Amino acid sequence: MKRKLILMLVMVFGFSAFAVSAFAQSQITVSGTVTEAETGNTLPGVNIVVQGQPDRGTATNLNGEYSITVEPDAVLIFSYLGFIRQEIAVNGRETINVQMQSDVEALDELVVIGYGVQERGDNTGSVNVISSRDFNEGAITSPEELFQGRAAGVTVTSNSGAPGAGATIRIRGGSSLSASNNPLFVVDGLPLEESGISGMRNPLNSINPNDIESITVLKDASATAIYGSRASNGVVLITTKRGEQGQPLQVNYTGRYAYQTNNDRVDVLGSGEFQSLVNERFSESVASNLGSDTTNWQDQVFRDVFSQDHNISVTNSYKNIPYRVSLGFSGNQGVLKTSYNDRISGSIALNPSFLDNSLRTELNFRGSRINNRFADGGAIGTAVSFDPTQPVHVEGNNQFGGYFTWLDGDGSPIPIAPANPLALIEQRNDESTVHRALGNIKLDYDLPVAENITATLNAGFDYSDVGTDVLGILNSSGKVRVPENAAFAWTGGGDDNARGNLTDYTQSKENELLDFYLNYTKDLEDYDSNLDLTLGYSWEHHEERGSNFSRSANTDLDGNPVDVFNDTNYATEYYIVSFFGRANYSFKDKYLLTATLRNDGTSRFSEDNRWGLFPSFALAWKLNEENFLQDTDWLSELKLRLGYGVTGQQRIGQGNYPYLPVYTSSEPTARYSFGNRFITTLRPEGYNVDLKWEETTTYNIGVDYSILDERFFGSVEAFYRETEDLLNVVPVPAGTNFTNRILSNVGNLEVQGLEFDITGRLISTENTFMQVSFNATYTQDEITKLTTVDDPSFIGVETGGIAGGVGNTIQVHSVGHPRNSFFVFEQVYNNEGLPVEGLYVDRNGDGLINDNDKYRLESPNPDLTFGISSRFEHKNWDASFAARANVGNYVYNNVASNNAIFSQITNTTGFLTNPTSYIFDAPFQNAQYRSDHYLEDASFIRLDNVSIGYTVENFLDVVSSLRISGTVQNVFTLTEYSGQDPEVFGGIDNNLYPRPRTFLLGLNLNF
Amino acid sequence: MLNTKFRILAAFALLAMVFGIAVSCTGDLSTTPIDDNITTSANVYESPDDFEQVLAKLYAGFSVTGQQGPAGNADIQGIDEGFSSYIRQLWVHQTLPTEEAIVAWNDPGLPDFNFQSWGSSNDFVMGMYSRIYYEIALTNEFIREAQQRDEAVIQQYLAEARFLRALSYWHGLDMFGGNIPFVTEEDPIGAYQPEPTNADDLFAYIESELLAVADELPAAGSVEYGRASRGAAWTLLAKLYLNSEVYTGTQRYDEALTYAQNVIDQSGYQLADNYDHLFMADNDRPEVSREIIFPIRFDGDNMQTYGGTNFIIHAQIGGNMSAGDFGMDGGWAGHRVTPDFIEILNENKVDPFLGTTTENPDGDPEIYVPGGYQAASGYTTNWTPAEAPPLVSDDQNNVYTGQVYFAIAGAEFKFTAERNWNANWGGANGTLVPDGSNLVIGDAGLYDITVDLNTMTYTVTLIEASAPEFADSRTNIFTDGQSLEIESVQDFNQGYTLTKWSNMTSTGQPGKNLQFADTDFPMFRLADVYLIYAEATVRGATGGDINRAVDLVNELRERAYGDASGNITTGDLNLDFIIDERARELHWEAHRRTDLRRFGQFTGGDYVWSWKGETQEGAPTAETFDIFPIPSTDINSNLNLTQNPGY
Repeated sequence: MKRKLILMLVMVFGFSAFAVSAFAQSQITVSGTVTEAETGNTLPGVNIVVQGQPDRGTATNLNGEYSITVEPDAVLIFSYLGFIRQEIAVNGRETINVQMQSDVEALDELVVIGYGVQERGDNTGSVNVISSRDFNEGAITSPEELFQGRAAGVTVTSNSGAPGAGATIRIRGGSSLSASNNPLFVVDGLPLEESGISGMRNPLNSINPNDIESITVLKDASATAIYGSRASNGVVLITTKRGEQGQPLQVNYTGRYAYQTNNDRVDVLGSGEFQSLVNERFSESVASNLGSDTTNWQDQVFRDVFSQDHNISVTNSYKNIPYRVSLGFSGNQGVLKTSYNDRISGSIALNPSFLDNSLRTELNFRGSRINNRFADGGAIGTAVSFDPTQPVHVEGNNQFGGYFTWLDGDGSPIPIAPANPLALIEQRNDESTVHRALGNIKLDYDLPVAENITATLNAGFDYSDVGTDVLGILNSSGKVRVPENAAFAWTGGGDDNARGNLTDYTQSKENELLDFYLNYTKDLEDYDSNLDLTLGYSWEHHEERGSNFSRSANTDLDGNPVDVFNDTNYATEYYIVSFFGRANYSFKDKYLLTATLRNDGTSRFSEDNRWGLFPSFALAWKLNEENFLQDTDWLSELKLRLGYGVTGQQRIGQGNYPYLPVYTSSEPTARYSFGNRFITTLRPEGYNVDLKWEETTTYNIGVDYSILDERFFGSVEAFYRETEDLLNVVPVPAGTNFTNRILSNVGNLEVQGLEFDITGRLISTENTFMQVSFNATYTQDEITKLTTVDDPSFIGVETGGIAGGVGNTIQVHSVGHPRNSFFVFEQVYNNEGLPVEGLYVDRNGDGLINDNDKYRLESPNPDLTFGISSRFEHKNWDASFAARANVGNYVYNNVASNNAIFSQITNTTGFLTNPTSYIFDAPFQNAQYRSDHYLEDASFIRLDNVSIGYTVENFLDVVSSLRISGTVQNVFTLTEYSGQDPEVFGGIDNNLYPRPRTFLLGLNLNF
Repeated sequence: MLNTKFRILAAFALLAMVFGIAVSCTGDLSTTPIDDNITTSANVYESPDDFEQVLAKLYAGFSVTGQQGPAGNADIQGIDEGFSSYIRQLWVHQTLPTEEAIVAWNDPGLPDFNFQSWGSSNDFVMGMYSRIYYEIALTNEFIREAQQRDEAVIQQYLAEARFLRALSYWHGLDMFGGNIPFVTEEDPIGAYQPEPTNADDLFAYIESELLAVADELPAAGSVEYGRASRGAAWTLLAKLYLNSEVYTGTQRYDEALTYAQNVIDQSGYQLADNYDHLFMADNDRPEVSREIIFPIRFDGDNMQTYGGTNFIIHAQIGGNMSAGDFGMDGGWAGHRVTPDFIEILNENKVDPFLGTTTENPDGDPEIYVPGGYQAASGYTTNWTPAEAPPLVSDDQNNVYTGQVYFAIAGAEFKFTAERNWNANWGGANGTLVPDGSNLVIGDAGLYDITVDLNTMTYTVTLIEASAPEFADSRTNIFTDGQSLEIESVQDFNQGYTLTKWSNMTSTGQPGKNLQFADTDFPMFRLADVYLIYAEATVRGATGGDINRAVDLVNELRERAYGDASGNITTGDLNLDFIIDERARELHWEAHRRTDLRRFGQFTGGDYVWSWKGETQEGAPTAETFDIFPIPSTDINSNLNLTQNPGY
C-alpha cells in the first residue's frame, strides 16, 4: 500500500511532464523473449521498464516472454539480478528478443581504473574487482572488511576487536620500510586522507559499507602508476552505489542485529593457585601482600554485547536526475566494557545528464558523525596480570573511588604498580564525536567542438574534524576525563599535587582536490586499431590543524588547574600537483598496449627534488583470439599480460617540511632558567635538503583465463618489485645535523610473489547456483641495501618494540633478510624439554654468549596466504562462507615473555602480579625477552563467516523482496599458536583487544 | 572549413587554459610552515632576544630532552627519550662502570655498564655520543650566526656557546678518546662525512677555546645563575689539565693548579654550609649555590624530564625507602652501591654490626638463630640454619647467649638446635614452644639474646639501633632491608643504597612537583676544585702549597664532620687518600670514571670491585674499556672514522 502511495505521489508531482508528452504519441506493442546468453534458457521475472517512465513496466512470464505498449522511440531497460542491465531502443520494432549476460566477471564488464573505466577484457594490468555480491557477510562497519580474503595478494588484518577498529591492508606485502605501506584509497575519484583523525579508530570508518557498489584493487605498477607518487603500495578504488537513468523507485532497508561475545581468556593462575605459588616461593613479607578474594579480572573487564546496524536507501530517477539517498545508523558496543562506536552516516548521489547526454554529471556527498568511547586498552594487559586475590572494590573505603589500589607505606598509590583494571576503564572517560564529510562533483563533457574528446572536471573535498566546528552545523568534541580520585593519575594528596586529568583536544583536516583531464578515443578502422588517450592535471591541498589542552582535574583556590600538563597547538599543510597521461592502443582487438606517465610534484621536498616522473608500460595479448586457438571452444579467454612500471612514495611520516631548516619553540614544560627567568627555547630541527621520492619498480607477468563458457575463470600472476632510495630513518654522521637520525633515501628492498585465483561456477541451473572462489598468494621480501656504505658487520635497524623494560626490541631490518625479521637467541632445553634460563646456543662459537650470538629467525609476514569463499543459492535459499589461512607467519608471544616470570610476581615496592600459566612451560626467574622460545609459528586457518539466508518475493504485497539471514562471524580458528589469537599484524602479541565472535541476524527489505 | 578551424582553435584555447591553471598552481608547492610554533631559519635570528632563546636551547640541551617536557618532541632519536638526557647519560657513563653504583634494570645495553662489557652497538653509548654531538652541532650553528653580529650582548652569548661546545668536546675526549669527528662553525649542515681529529689536536682545541672565552665570559656573580661564567671556564681548564696525561701523555699539573687557584682566589665562590643542601630541591638558593660553579638546572614544572636529577633521585629510591621522604611520587628501584664503595665511604670503619657473630673459641655448645633477616644483616641466605649466627652456652648449662644483628625491623626468626630444622623453637612473649610460631623482632638493630632451654624462655634486648651513625655526614647510606653484598645484580634489595639526592627542600618541603625534581645538577662545584688543587700539589705542580692543600681538604672535612675531628695532616695527604676523598665528597656526581682512570684504577686488575668484570668478587677488565667505543651507527655512516682499539 505504502509503495503504491509513493509511486502515485511520484507520478503526480515528478513525472507529469513526461507523462503528458509521452501519451501524446501513438503507441506500439513490443514483445519478445528474454534468454540467458550462455545457456539459452529463458529467464522468467526479468524487469522491463521504459526509460524515463519508471511507472511503466512489466516483467517476463514463466516462459521468459513479455509484452509492453510503448512509444516507437522509447528505450526499454531490461534488468535482472545477477545479470547485466541492458538498455534497448525500440526504434519502431515490435519484436525484441533479448539475451541477458551474467554479470559475474563478464569480459565486457566495465572495470574502474584510474581516471577512467575500461572493459575487463581490454585491461592490461593486475586488477581485482570485488563486486557487492561477493562482499563478506557479517557485522561490517568498515569497507576493508568487505574484501578480506577475497583477492590474491591482498591481505587485510583487522587491528583489534575494538568496535570500529580498522584493519591493516597490505597489497603484495607493501614496498616500503619506514614510510607508509598502506594503499591509496580512492572513493569515486576522490583520494582519501589516509591518516585518521584523533578520536577515531579508523579513517575508513566514515564510509558506510552499505553504500559501496564495488571495490577494485589495482596491484601492479602498470595499473597504479597513473597515481604516481602514491601508488607504490597499490590502489583501492571504491565505487559507490548510484541511481540510473530511468531507474524505478527502489527503497531498500538493511538491518543487522549482532550478539558479540568474547569467551577466550588468557590462561592465568587462579586465586588459590596464585596464593599457593606465592606462599611456596616467596617470603612471608611478600606473601603478606596477598588478599583473600577470588577475582577473575578478565571476566571483570569483558562483557557480551549487542550491536545493531540499520541502513535505508532510496534509489530513483527524479525527472532526468537519477539519485540515490541513503541513511545509516550503526551502534557497536565493544566487548571491553564501556567501549563503543556509534555512527550516523548519510549519502546523496546524483548523476544527471544534460545536452543530449553529452554532459554527464556526478555529484556525491557523504557525511558521517561518529561517537566513540575508548576503553583504555591497557586494562586488558593489567586484567591479565592483576593479583586475583584482591577485590575489585574495597569495602567501606571510598578513597580512589573505592577501587582496590596498591598502596605504599605512605598510603599513596605505588606509581609503578599496575592500576586496577576496572578503575582504568571506568574512571577514564575518553569520548569523542568526530565528523567527516566528503564529496565531489564530476563533469564529463563530450566537447562539441572536437569529436571524440571528452573533458572531465572533478572537484572534491574531504573534511574531518574533532573538537572544532569546521562543518559549522554540529559540535564535535574530543575529551578525556579522569576524576581527581583516580589512583592511576595521582601524584599526592597535597593541595599542590596534580590529580586526575582533563584533556580536550581538537583536530581538523581539510583536503581539496581538483582534477581536469581530456580523453580522446578513436577507432582507426583503416588500421584495425583502437586508440584511447587521456591527458590530465591534478591539484591537491591537505591542511591539518589541532590542539591539545591537558591539565589536572583538581584546581587551586583561584579555580585554576593545579598543573597544566600540556597546552599545544599545531598546523601543517602540503600540496601535490600532478600531470598525467595514458595511452591505450589495441590492434585487431588482440594486441593491447597501455602506457602511462605521471609527473608529480610535492611540497614536501625541495625545489630540486620536488618532481618525480613515473612511467609504466603494459602489453596484453589475447591468445584465444589467435587462429591457432580459434577452435578451442572450451577456452573463452586466455590473455597474457606483461607489465612494467615505476611508482613513488611520498607519505614519509616525518612532517611536511623535512627539507626546510626550521626552528621549533619549546612548550612551557621544556624551558630553561637563567637566574629566575624561564626562557622559552628555540630549537633548530634536523633537515635533509636532498630528500626525494622513494621509487618502486614493478615487473608483472600474468595470465587471465576463462574456460567452459566462463564456468571457471581466474588468473595467475608473478611479480617482482624493487624499491630503491627507500625512505629510511638512518643515523646521521655525528655533528653534521641537528639530529642523530634523519629521513634519507637509503636502502633497497625486493619483494616477489606468485598469485593464483580461480572462481568456479560449479552449479548453474534454473533453481540452483553454486560458486566457489579460491586464491593463493606466495610473497617473499628481502632487504638488499640499508646503509650508504656497505658494511657486512652492520646488524641492521632494530625495530619491533616489546613490552618489558624500556626500549627493548625483538625485530631487526637487516640486509639479506626479510623486513622485521625476529632477532633472538637460540634457547637451550634440558632433558625434560624445559628451557634453561639464560642458556643460549653459542652460535658464533667464540665461547661467549653475548649479543653476537643473536640470530634472525623468520618474520611476522606469512609466506603463503589462502582465501576460499563460496556462495550457494537454491530457490529462495542462499548460503555462503569465507575462510582464510596464513602459513609461516611468526608471532612473538610478548604476553608470555613479560608476564610468565617469577621475578615479576613480586616487587620491592610491595605489590604482586599474576603470571600467565605459561610460567609452567618456561619457569624463568628473570625475564628472557630475547629467547626464541617465545617465537612461535602462528600459521592458522580461520573461518571468517558463515551465512545462510532466505528470500521471499512480494511479501505481503508491500515488500517486493525480503531476505532474512543468519551469520556467524569469526567462527573458529585452527592454530598451534599458544597465545590468544595467531593473527597479529606486526607479529608481536601483546594483549590484543580480542576479536569477538559475532552472531548476527540480518534483514534486507526491498520496497 | 570554418567549422574545422574553429574546432582546432577552441581545442587549443582549452588546452592553453588548462595548462595556464596548472602552471600557476605549481607555485603552491613552495610552502612555508603555517604553525606559529615553527619559525624558518631565515626569520629566527633577528633581535638579541631571538638569540637568547636559541642560547637557552644550548643550555637546555644538557637539561631537558626535547621541546615538550617531560617527553614528546625529542632531540635524540633511536633511544627512549628519558634515556637520552645529557645528565642521565653522563651519570650512567661515569658512575655505573665504577664501584659507586650498580643498576638493577634490564634495559637493553644497560647491564653492560655494571660489568664494563659494553660494545659498539650499545644503545646507551650511542645515546651519550649522540647527545654530545647534538650539542656540538647546535652550538656550531649558533656560533655561525652570532659571529655575524656585533652587539655586545650577542658577543657574550657567543662566548657562552663556545664554552658549552668546549664542555661537550671535553666529554667526547674524556669518554670516547681523541679519534672522534671534528666539526666547527666552519662546517656546513648537511650530507658529508667529517674527518676525525686526534687527542693532541682536540686537547689543544678545547684548551685554546677555553682560554679565548675565559676573558670574554663575565666574572662569577655578575651573571645570572645557571649561565657560564669565567669561573666555569677556569674550572674546565683545571679539569682538562689535571687529566692531560691520560688524554695526551703529557703532564700539565702546573696549569691545573693555576686555574684551580684562579677559581679559588679570584671568583668569590664559597663552600655551602651544609653538604646535604647541595643536592636538594632548593640548591639554587644563594647560600648553597655560591659553591656551585656551573649548574645544569632543573625545575619540576618548567623543565621536566625523565633524565637529569629526576632520574638520579627516582632511581635511588626503592625497597623500604619512602618516596615521600625524597619529595617524590615513587621509586624506580634501580641504583645501589657496591660493598667496595661502602668500604671507602665508611672511612673510619664504623661497623653497622653487619654479620656480627658471637665468638666461640672454646667450642662450647651452640644453638642458631635462622630468620628472614639474615640476608639483609650479613648472614647470607634467609631462613638457613646452616648460615645463621649462633648463641653460645659458655657455661654449658643449656643457657645460650650472644649478639645478633637484625637489619630489618619486624623481621621473623626462630631458634634451632642444630644447623638444620630438625629441632626448632618458636613462640611469643618470652616463652619458647617446640615448632612454635615465628618470633618477631622489634626495631632494627643489634640485640643481646638469651635463650634458657631449661625453662624454655628467651629474652631479646636492643643494644644499639641499626642505622649506623657515621661521623662523616657525607655518608648517606640506607641499609634497612638491604644487604651489603650483591649476589643478584637485578635485586634492588641487595646492596646498600644512598640517600644523597633529594627533591625535598632544606626546610623539609617537597619540591614543586612530585613527579619531576627541582634539584639542579652541579656540573662543577668548588669542592671539586679544592680537591684538584690538593691533587695537583701532591702530584708536584709548581707553586703548589701542601699546607694550603691540607687546609682546603680540611675545610671540606670540617663541613662533613661538623668539627675538626676528621681533619687530616700533611702526612695523610697522598694520592691514595685523594682518590678516596674524591669519592666521599663527589660520589654520584658523575666524576668517578674519569677519576679512577686518572689513577689507573678503572680497568685492569689493580683494583677490582664487586661485579667489575661480571663476577661478584670482581675481575680484571681489558684496557679497551678505558674509553667507550664509537657507536656502530656513526662508524657505519662516516667512513672516515676508525673504531677505538679493542672494539
